[in-house]
Amino acid sequence: MMHGRLARRLTGSAMTGVTYGAAALAILPLAVILGMLVVKGAGSIDWNFFTKSAVPVGEMGGGFAHAIVGTLIIVGLACAVGVPVGVATGIFLAEFGGGRFRFTVRFIADVLNGVPSIVIGIFAWTWLVKPMGHFSALAGGVALGMILVPILARTTEEMVRLVPNSLREAALALGYPRWRTSLQVVVRTATAGIVTGCLVAVARVAGETAPLLFTALGNQFFSTRLKGAMAALPLQIYVYALGPYDEWHRQAWAGALVLIVLVLALSLIARAVVRAKRQLA
Amino acid sequence: MTDIPAAVLEPEVAPQLTAEERWRALKTVSPGDVVYRIVLTVVALILPLLLVLIAAELVANALPAVSKFGFGFLTHSTWDPVSGEFGALPLIFGTLYSSLVALLIAVPLALACAVFLTEFAPRWLRTPVATLIELLAAVPSVIYGLWGIFVLIPLLRDHVWPVTRHLLGWLPVFSGVFYGPSVLAAGVILAIMILPYIAAVSREVLLAVPPSQREAGLALGATRWETVWRVILPYGRAGIIGAVILGLGRALGETMAVTMVIGNRHEVSASLLQPGYTIAAAIANEFAEAVSDIHLSALFFVGAVLFLITIVVNALARLLVWRVARGSAAGSTAI
Repeated sequence: MMHGRLARRLTGSAMTGVTYGAAALAILPLAVILGMLVVKGAGSIDWNFFTKSAVPVGEMGGGFAHAIVGTLIIVGLACAVGVPVGVATGIFLAEFGGGRFRFTVRFIADVLNGVPSIVIGIFAWTWLVKPMGHFSALAGGVALGMILVPILARTTEEMVRLVPNSLREAALALGYPRWRTSLQVVVRTATAGIVTGCLVAVARVAGETAPLLFTALGNQFFSTRLKGAMAALPLQIYVYALGPYDEWHRQAWAGALVLIVLVLALSLIARAVVRAKRQLA
Repeated sequence: MTDIPAAVLEPEVAPQLTAEERWRALKTVSPGDVVYRIVLTVVALILPLLLVLIAAELVANALPAVSKFGFGFLTHSTWDPVSGEFGALPLIFGTLYSSLVALLIAVPLALACAVFLTEFAPRWLRTPVATLIELLAAVPSVIYGLWGIFVLIPLLRDHVWPVTRHLLGWLPVFSGVFYGPSVLAAGVILAIMILPYIAAVSREVLLAVPPSQREAGLALGATRWETVWRVILPYGRAGIIGAVILGLGRALGETMAVTMVIGNRHEVSASLLQPGYTIAAAIANEFAEAVSDIHLSALFFVGAVLFLITIVVNALARLLVWRVARGSAAGSTAI
């Protein structure tokens, strides 16, 4: 029987090793992608990249200023649309007892979260672009906002539910009405968590390209008009990556580096907020 | 003698209430409560409304194509915007095929990662590794696409394929000339993209397995691996299947990265080395430049098909995951 035991222990060690290998293999693409972005993109990032817009093909130089500003505007619009609705839905889910309606809303939030972003893009097109008759940054912002809502609803719900019930009971015992208890005690306690959820969600939609393809459309020129086509970082990267010119490819890598720094910074700040919060508690 | 407030001298100022009156007083809600509840309920109605509106718009706009092509649309493979003939078979096939390839690569890896993170990794290593894997999900799709075009495709074409051709070239799924943009490239990119979702949800599921299960396995003399394989994984089976289906849902609807590497050709081919097309990619490429109303309607039709598939897949996955990690938001957060 000694042989059997040895074989079992060897199998165990081997499989433990396999899981180590799998974890290493899973992280490898992240390392490779980040490495490539720095190697290929960093060289093209200079002052012009942030201050100049695209130039006609054949001319050297030019930058991503229009795309960076466009992304900030469109994501800002998305927040204006999506954050209030998403957070309020999350508070509703966490604060108003069980029941079938709440279950349904939560289920729909999860299902909508899995709906491809391009489908949301089509929807924004039928509701905003088609009636208005032209592509617009507004439609792009609303499309991204619609993607924010289900994500925020679920993260906000989780965060609000983490608040200990004793806090709620204490406030009610002091004679606070329920709505003040909810807003001034419970939700306020969960603020750090909710902000974290917002940062993470914004990081995700900032990199979305598909819903912008036929809403904001993209623009080679600097524009801040909400009712017109507007450039965005991911759109510009997409166009330049598929283009035939080396100069475009070079700039696509640089744009991708800027985008990923933006996205990862938001994600990491969000994590830091959570960690600081945990240490205080 | 200083003035003593009357309330201190006579503390019994509150009127005596019967138990019933007291109960009624407790139950009264302030007008603020009513407003608060109504406002939040109305806002919460937006999500269900959104789902219904999306479905209605897709169906309404797809109707011209539905009435013209009927369900033959799903089984024909001609896609000719000029002559106005549309069949979505290559799109549906390509969507399912590339997702299947992605699952074949990602599922074993993701499960091994989840087991590593919950069972085998030393404690100090768990959080950093989990964070790094989750950051994979934060990388925007278009960056995966960029990386796919300029790094992954050349790597597969110039280095991996020449070496493996002699071993695998005889298989029908590896037939034909390999130019680069292909179902294989799309599958690999998708695998990298869905791995963090499957790993994160599986990890959540494994963490929800009660410690007593693990202890019982070990107490019976099983090795740690045997406990994982025979006790923990079977216990979390429903949730893990849910995690895999969730990953499938992501893969089916992924747009940009796939559009950039799959080759975008309306053709059904069993070979992984040939270009293909997916529903999401076709919408991304053709929607803004649709040449006719029927072309647009055909795109809405495939969009509705994609919407329906992802809704069903996600609903199924949610129910399975909820059964294990009840009400958990696993996977519904962005990273």
